[in-house]
Amino acid sequence: MSRSLTPRTVAIVLMVAALALLPLYAKLSGNIFLLTLFTRILILALAAVSLNLILGYGGMMSFGHAVYLGIGGYAVGMLAHEGIYSGFAQWPVALAASALFALVIGALSLRTRGVYFIMITLAFAQMAYYVLSGIARYGGDDGLTIYKRSQFFPPLNLSDKMQFYYVCLALLYAAIYLVWRIVNSRFGMVVQGVRSNELRMRAIGIPTYRYKLVCFVIAGTLCGLSGALLANHTDFISPATMYWTRSGDLIVMVVLGGMASSFGPLFGAVALLVLEEVLSGITEYWQIILGPLLLLVVLFARGGIDGLLGSLSRGKEAGHG
Amino acid sequence: MLLIIEQCLNGLQFGLLLFLLAAGLTLVFGIMDLVNLAHGSLYMLGAYFAATFAAFTGSFVLGALLALAATLVVGMVLEVIAMRRLYGRDHLDHVLATFGLILFFNELVRLVWGPEGLSLPLPPWLLTSVPILPGISYSAYRLSMILVTLAVAGFLYYLVMRTRIGMLIRAGASNREMVGALGVNIKLLYTLVFGIGAALAGLAGLMQAPILTVQIGMGENILILAFVVTVIGGIGSIRGALVAALMVGFIDTLGRAYFPDLLRMVLSGAAAATAGPALSSMLIYLLMAVVLVVKPAGLFPASGK
Amino acid sequence: MAEPLLQVERLAKRFGGIIASDDLTLSVAPGELHAVIGPNGAGKTTLIAQLTGQLPPDSGRIYFAGGDITALPMYRRSMLGLARSFQITSLFLDLSVLDNVALAVQAHAGHSFRFWTDARSEPELRTPARAALARVGLSAREDRRAAALSHGEHRQLELAMALAGKPRMLLLDEPMAGLGPEESARMVTTLQALKREFTILLVEHDMEAVFALADRITVLVYGRVIATGAPADIRANQAVRDAYLGEQEAVHG
Repeated sequence: MSRSLTPRTVAIVLMVAALALLPLYAKLSGNIFLLTLFTRILILALAAVSLNLILGYGGMMSFGHAVYLGIGGYAVGMLAHEGIYSGFAQWPVALAASALFALVIGALSLRTRGVYFIMITLAFAQMAYYVLSGIARYGGDDGLTIYKRSQFFPPLNLSDKMQFYYVCLALLYAAIYLVWRIVNSRFGMVVQGVRSNELRMRAIGIPTYRYKLVCFVIAGTLCGLSGALLANHTDFISPATMYWTRSGDLIVMVVLGGMASSFGPLFGAVALLVLEEVLSGITEYWQIILGPLLLLVVLFARGGIDGLLGSLSRGKEAGHG
Repeated sequence: MLLIIEQCLNGLQFGLLLFLLAAGLTLVFGIMDLVNLAHGSLYMLGAYFAATFAAFTGSFVLGALLALAATLVVGMVLEVIAMRRLYGRDHLDHVLATFGLILFFNELVRLVWGPEGLSLPLPPWLLTSVPILPGISYSAYRLSMILVTLAVAGFLYYLVMRTRIGMLIRAGASNREMVGALGVNIKLLYTLVFGIGAALAGLAGLMQAPILTVQIGMGENILILAFVVTVIGGIGSIRGALVAALMVGFIDTLGRAYFPDLLRMVLSGAAAATAGPALSSMLIYLLMAVVLVVKPAGLFPASGK
Repeated sequence: MAEPLLQVERLAKRFGGIIASDDLTLSVAPGELHAVIGPNGAGKTTLIAQLTGQLPPDSGRIYFAGGDITALPMYRRSMLGLARSFQITSLFLDLSVLDNVALAVQAHAGHSFRFWTDARSEPELRTPARAALARVGLSAREDRRAAALSHGEHRQLELAMALAGKPRMLLLDEPMAGLGPEESARMVTTLQALKREFTILLVEHDMEAVFALADRITVLVYGRVIATGAPADIRANQAVRDAYLGEQEAVHG
């Protein structure tokens, strides 16, 4: 984090402040839709933060990250279906299940590289999608309605939109902080080095596979939390959450926001989802605009929003993100 | 007995269809090092063009030929406008950019043809059954699909192995700069290769249209299978794509046909009914996972650059 | 000779029709600076790749400090004290110079499963890293992004990273590749200082540097050792002259 008042710092501060005040504004103006929209943005931003850890910092291009949204969500949904509504039971299960899946998927996928890695992570997500579509007890293709949100001790009530918003906001900030600490620790340096030059990493004496795997598991677990939140938010969970195009959306958020930056994923989530809202208000065929827009971002603004902010800054930052 | 033979032929037919798609993908990846997610969109366009042209001309075959030509043109235009700017970039860039193209094409199709999807009816002479063995008949159309795909596979082999253009393609795969330095117009070569890949995808799309579907988003589902095939076969290897496509085609078709029955022996009727199709879809991914664990570069890894 | 630190026995490696290593045997005594020279295509970089574990040999054995390392993975050899610099610069380009070297220190400072403390604030990583940078003369550039350095500074950084892990032996793959006369001279001085503390296997093209630094020289042609010995003997060896030095002299006039 820079010490001086760079445009990037200003943008982050403004964003943080705006998000904190948003529910109050929504309440005063009666615009509840805004609250719902931004709750969703916060939840997906959390998923994007987790993806940024392996993609932005670690260079591991997983095209199946949305699978953890599904796993976390189904943990909550399945337990609720069986009558277990306590968040203290549901959420740890969501985290543990995500961690376990990430361990297995990662252990197998990380044996491959490059486009093979992309495909195999995609394949695992699709496998999960198909398996869950096939379980009639939990709704199969149609999905599962969740009649009661995760219960914690009163006065905490997740059915209260404002409370839920602030819970999501707090968890998002906690996640951003956690990722920041991880990335700058010894572990994080290894992960960044592996992205930068894996061969060199091994040459200097680091068994890279195990570090990539641990990173992968951390990211999956964090995304599982996001899944649990998403299930609560929509009061519903279906296999569609894990479809590979959702993983694509997450990747877009990370890249759009700026990879390997703390707040990039948040900027990306806000940008993508607000853009979708705005564009779909203009035309029913908004994806016609979004598609080429993505192409242009890739070609010309590769550093994303954070990159643009960074190039406005004049500080001499010595190569850390 | 009859049923098994029919299923095997279906598996062969599906496998060959996947081969068409995978061959295009692997060509483009092997030669231009380009990961193209929008390959499925070209498949979709092939089907939509065929349905439209067939309705317009009243002839299935004419419609198919026109659709093939149209997809070839779209592919080449796409290469010139968008793809060539992606060469040499990170694969992540390819994935993002072509993902954007998927969104674009899906919406474009919805804009032009509406959200409902189309149908492509077969002419009467293809609706018959043809006796292939004593007492066993098989759908004439599916049989012609097998024959056409085998012919295309043969043509591809001939093109890549025996012609000068094929030699350039193979040379370009191992050393781009050298081929460029030899005075060959690399840009044109790439446009051509991409066009061929697009035409193959379009052919696959239009061929399956009468028996499966013509709808928005049809490309995405089969694209994954095509990628699975290329990965299992080894990226850059057409031979690998053929072997893997046949494996996948058989396992998927026979799996869908017989796996639910196997499940019924273990699960209750209702559970098996939902689980059956879902789990048999999973078999392919399981296969890929197993292959990648044992051979991380696929069955026939193309020699490294 | 005392027990060699590095012993290579009958190493063989082919790539299809090309023989990269052909019955290659050589040894490096502790404290020695052993240079490997040979015309382009002689298989020098392939030799280093096999020594470090990047490439498995088709046959043959490699012994380091008495132990058979032929089948050991790359990171294990590094942990045993065999450090390498790369001919084609292989650094962590988007990290700072100091970060690069600190990573090399970190790799040898126990496991890296520490998730909380800021690695850039740890003196046990930063201090040895700075020391290594000082040895190669790069201290002034420690905060710059590695990508921003000149080619000569990259070569220095390569060396610093090899040193940072406190190795027993250095495998240096053309450290002077692409350097101008002034930078080369500086590198030779640095290597001369290092000679006293480390055993070094030096692959190089720069003949002046080789003859100034080497205790012994091995000459490789088409993957095969055609001569090994003291610099004066190599200079006088007819086979070597024919194969290699003769060309060089013709070029230099």
